[in-house]
Amino acid sequence: MTALAAAQPVIPDFGRGSSCVRDNGTFCWDWVRAHWGDTLRPALVQHVALTAVAVAIGFAIAFALALLAHRRGRLTTPVVLVTGLLYTIPSLALFQLLVPFTGLSRTTAEIALVSYTLLILFRNTLAGLAGVPEEVRDAARGMGLTPRQLLWRVELPLALPAIVAGMRIATVTVISLATVAVFVVNEGLGAPIFDGLQQTFKTELIAAGALCVALALAADALLVLVQRALTPWTRVARSR
Amino acid sequence: MNDFADALRFIADNTALLWQLTLDHLALSGAAVGIALALAIPLGVTLGHLHRGSFAAINASNVGRALPSLALISIGVAVLGIGFVNVMVALVVLAFPIVLTNAYVAVDGVDPDAVEAARGMGMTGREVLWKVELPLALPLIFAGVRTAVVYVIATATLAAVAGAHSLGDVIVDQATYRLPGVLGAAICVAVLALLAELLFAALQRAVTPRALRLEERGAPLLGGPGTTNERTT
Repeated sequence: MTALAAAQPVIPDFGRGSSCVRDNGTFCWDWVRAHWGDTLRPALVQHVALTAVAVAIGFAIAFALALLAHRRGRLTTPVVLVTGLLYTIPSLALFQLLVPFTGLSRTTAEIALVSYTLLILFRNTLAGLAGVPEEVRDAARGMGLTPRQLLWRVELPLALPAIVAGMRIATVTVISLATVAVFVVNEGLGAPIFDGLQQTFKTELIAAGALCVALALAADALLVLVQRALTPWTRVARSR
Repeated sequence: MNDFADALRFIADNTALLWQLTLDHLALSGAAVGIALALAIPLGVTLGHLHRGSFAAINASNVGRALPSLALISIGVAVLGIGFVNVMVALVVLAFPIVLTNAYVAVDGVDPDAVEAARGMGMTGREVLWKVELPLALPLIFAGVRTAVVYVIATATLAAVAGAHSLGDVIVDQATYRLPGVLGAAICVAVLALLAELLFAALQRAVTPRALRLEERGAPLLGGPGTTNERTT
């Protein structure tokens, strides 16, 4: 059998690629169609998962910190200082600096991504709570609401637009940053981008980059719709 | 923690290399920021002065934020080839919307009463711009510059994947420099970004007219006004 195999003329196997792929065109739609299922869609799903987990955890932490800082103003400066420090560190550096602790893993990627959401979410939540008019608080207290009821029934609903605005910035930022996570974990849209970077055929890279931008814009639009659904009163006020 | 001791040793042993790469890093960032400022500030200030084009000027940064820097640099490789120019163009594209939006919002948002008063004193449009609007808008314009500088310095790290030199060269080349080298360079980049942030925060404070400075006294140095606008690296 080996002799027979050796006797075969060595002809490079170019597969069944279209003329565009064979000629190394700049962008080949048929490559995208052929590899949607095995490359692009899984990467997109992983990207959404990376982003959703990071924003959810980041929001939980930032929200708790903002509630504490809302009650005790002195906490604001240290929290802004620490989260601002994390926010300033370039992502490629932060991913690598976490490797000695959590290795080349999804955990490393998530910790770094979460750390980039904290400053934005904390500041927006706090600003939203601080922006509630004092008269509204007085009225609520006059109606006999306890501090807890005041927070959950009056202050937080009124702060919602600011909170969602923070979520929009944080989500779009994380979607964009998650591509850099490819240097520590081979997941998300960064994987096909990085893959495309190392070959002359550029369709994979361009398709993944475009998907990433589309995902960011779609997520932003989705959050706008969520905000409208959650705060019907702002629409009424505007239409009058 | 041993890894970090090794990283510090790497920094001590390779100061010449790291210093050279830091200079390359700053040259790349400086060129990109310079071009972005030269293009975006006149445009943003003019649009803000005329109160025109708000939709485009404000949404520029929303779209800019959605652009993944790694993808942009990579696509630049496909179109412009590898090297300094490609990465610089990508960095200009990323910095431009930040500066534009801030410059527009800064000038557009100057207190109309102040502009009205200046007009009433007989100032021409040009005088209003130079003597009233620009001094009042300067802190916010500068906030955009500061965000753009820190962002560009952070993104320039990725230049390594496109054949331009920066501190990222060491970070993405673990095969050559091993973990201590990667960590050492990562520490250098982080310090560089923080120094830029602190320097520009101080400069922003310095360009703020004294009368406006009172209002934001006590604002923290890090994460001060304008720094959370956008960031994708």
